[in-house]
Amino acid sequence: MSKPNLEIFSETLQKIAETDKDLYVVTSDSRGSGKLVPFGQKFPKQIVEVGIAEQNLVGVATGLAAMGKKAFAVSPACFLTARALEQIKNDVCYSDNPVKLIGISAGVSYGALGTTHHSLHDFAVLRAINNITIVAPADNYETEEAIKVATLLDKPVYIRFGKKSMPVNLDAEDAVFQFGKGRTIRQGSDLTFIATGEAVLPAFEAAKKLSKENNIEATVVSMHTIKPLDTELIAKLAENGKPIITVEEHSIYGGLGEAVGSFLMQNGFRNKFKIVGLPDDHTVSGSQNEIFEHYGISEKGLSELAMSLL
Amino acid sequence: MTENHLSLIEKSKEYRKKILKYIFNAKAGHTGGDLSIIDILNVLYNRIMNVSPENWHSNTRDRFIQSKGHCVEALYVVLADKGFFPEEDLLTMCQYNSPYIGHPTKYIKGMEQNTGGLGHGLSICCGNALAAKKDNSPIKVFTILGDGEMAEGSNWEAFMFAAHYKLDNLCAILDYNKLQITAPNAEVIGLEPLDKKLEAFGWAVRHVDGHNLEELENTLKSLPFEAGKPSFVIAHTIKGKGVSYMENTLKWHHGVPSAEQMELAMEELI
Repeated sequence: MSKPNLEIFSETLQKIAETDKDLYVVTSDSRGSGKLVPFGQKFPKQIVEVGIAEQNLVGVATGLAAMGKKAFAVSPACFLTARALEQIKNDVCYSDNPVKLIGISAGVSYGALGTTHHSLHDFAVLRAINNITIVAPADNYETEEAIKVATLLDKPVYIRFGKKSMPVNLDAEDAVFQFGKGRTIRQGSDLTFIATGEAVLPAFEAAKKLSKENNIEATVVSMHTIKPLDTELIAKLAENGKPIITVEEHSIYGGLGEAVGSFLMQNGFRNKFKIVGLPDDHTVSGSQNEIFEHYGISEKGLSELAMSLL
Repeated sequence: MTENHLSLIEKSKEYRKKILKYIFNAKAGHTGGDLSIIDILNVLYNRIMNVSPENWHSNTRDRFIQSKGHCVEALYVVLADKGFFPEEDLLTMCQYNSPYIGHPTKYIKGMEQNTGGLGHGLSICCGNALAAKKDNSPIKVFTILGDGEMAEGSNWEAFMFAAHYKLDNLCAILDYNKLQITAPNAEVIGLEPLDKKLEAFGWAVRHVDGHNLEELENTLKSLPFEAGKPSFVIAHTIKGKGVSYMENTLKWHHGVPSAEQMELAMEELI
């Protein structure tokens, strides 16, 4: 049954904590919004509340990680990656402490709460920082795997997701999840969508619509890891010379699109190329779905864009 | 004065000379602050903390994070004296491709964390101290904060946290030389009444003369000052301590002595 990735995150942590007493969750008055109330009830010794203090959240998680704990710092993505950015840069990444930074309700998940609560900058700022893996899982399967892999990885990781229900597994082939390896969830020869996080679903829907209504077959890739980017896969996808469209719940600046575009340009690929994301604009108000529709991160918007490139 | 403290006094003199020697060689360093924290580091590393090259990889070592990372030269000199690395390595300090940069990094044996951005050390210490409590480990966790750094809001987040979690295995020492890069703290952004503020935040607070080695040792040997509370030491220090023309003088925040000034300093430190 489809669930929000946020819930999958909480359930996965609970499963791991059953046997791993070194797993610690650090929250900034965010256990409710992080769906971590059950975790706190089951494992009261393994949850640390810092209050609404994101800088201290990341500092304390760093101190726990440095003592051998598997520390998950959980906070809304908007606050975590802006308010505590210097702690992420210095204490986690530069000092190489294996803190797992969990950005909840990412992108425009908070919808009508507005720009204060949106995180459309997190890929951009974190991409420019050395020593961090950046992950945006698309479905429940990717979320569970991302949490499991991150727990075992002795390195800094940032994982962001939203609170809307997402499919269990978009990939019928059930490809193995690995950081830094995109998952091809649909094969087609006319164009390619490279999407990430909760923007994979509308790309997948657009591809189905194009196939059904226009006899156009699109490849769809869930590029769940923004850094390190799976350039091997991107090169393979670009070889046919067909259009490439990137899709993300992030600013068009500094995210997946520019990362893919930079790789293509520097490696001689001249495919038609479009970046779909949130423009450099005062973001329109509305629910996550309405904002997605408004900016064309939708079945309709993406299929129309695809048609215009063919 | 016991013989015990006489040897510490000799060490402080040696450390001061070495700090100046390596800053002079590198033509860079935070001279004034190095001389103001060196007596605290001397007591911590030679009388208080269980940290040595031998136990460096053991979880039972005490933890020290120098939050005012810019005074790294003082820490380098003490760690070299403790045998963490050969002292002559410091001749490369701040030179091209040297690991001995102008702030602490973990790439140097003896350093717990990379610091330099202000207001970071105490939060990390809180995480260390909480983990130690969870594990019933008897280790102690120390940090040295700068007085200018006290204006960072993150420190006050950490003050709240440490008291809430009753981290009495944590001790923060303030290098209170009362001068920051622009002007005296009192002109830049006033800190007083600091003891009352920290007590109100739930810390047990003591004042010490930050250059009186015996007083520092006795104070730090009586941790925690109060069971169930983190300890805060307000160490009253003098920026540039030990070299007359540097003492309490703003320009020595990161001033580098000339050859003539070096000679004068070395004469004073005999």
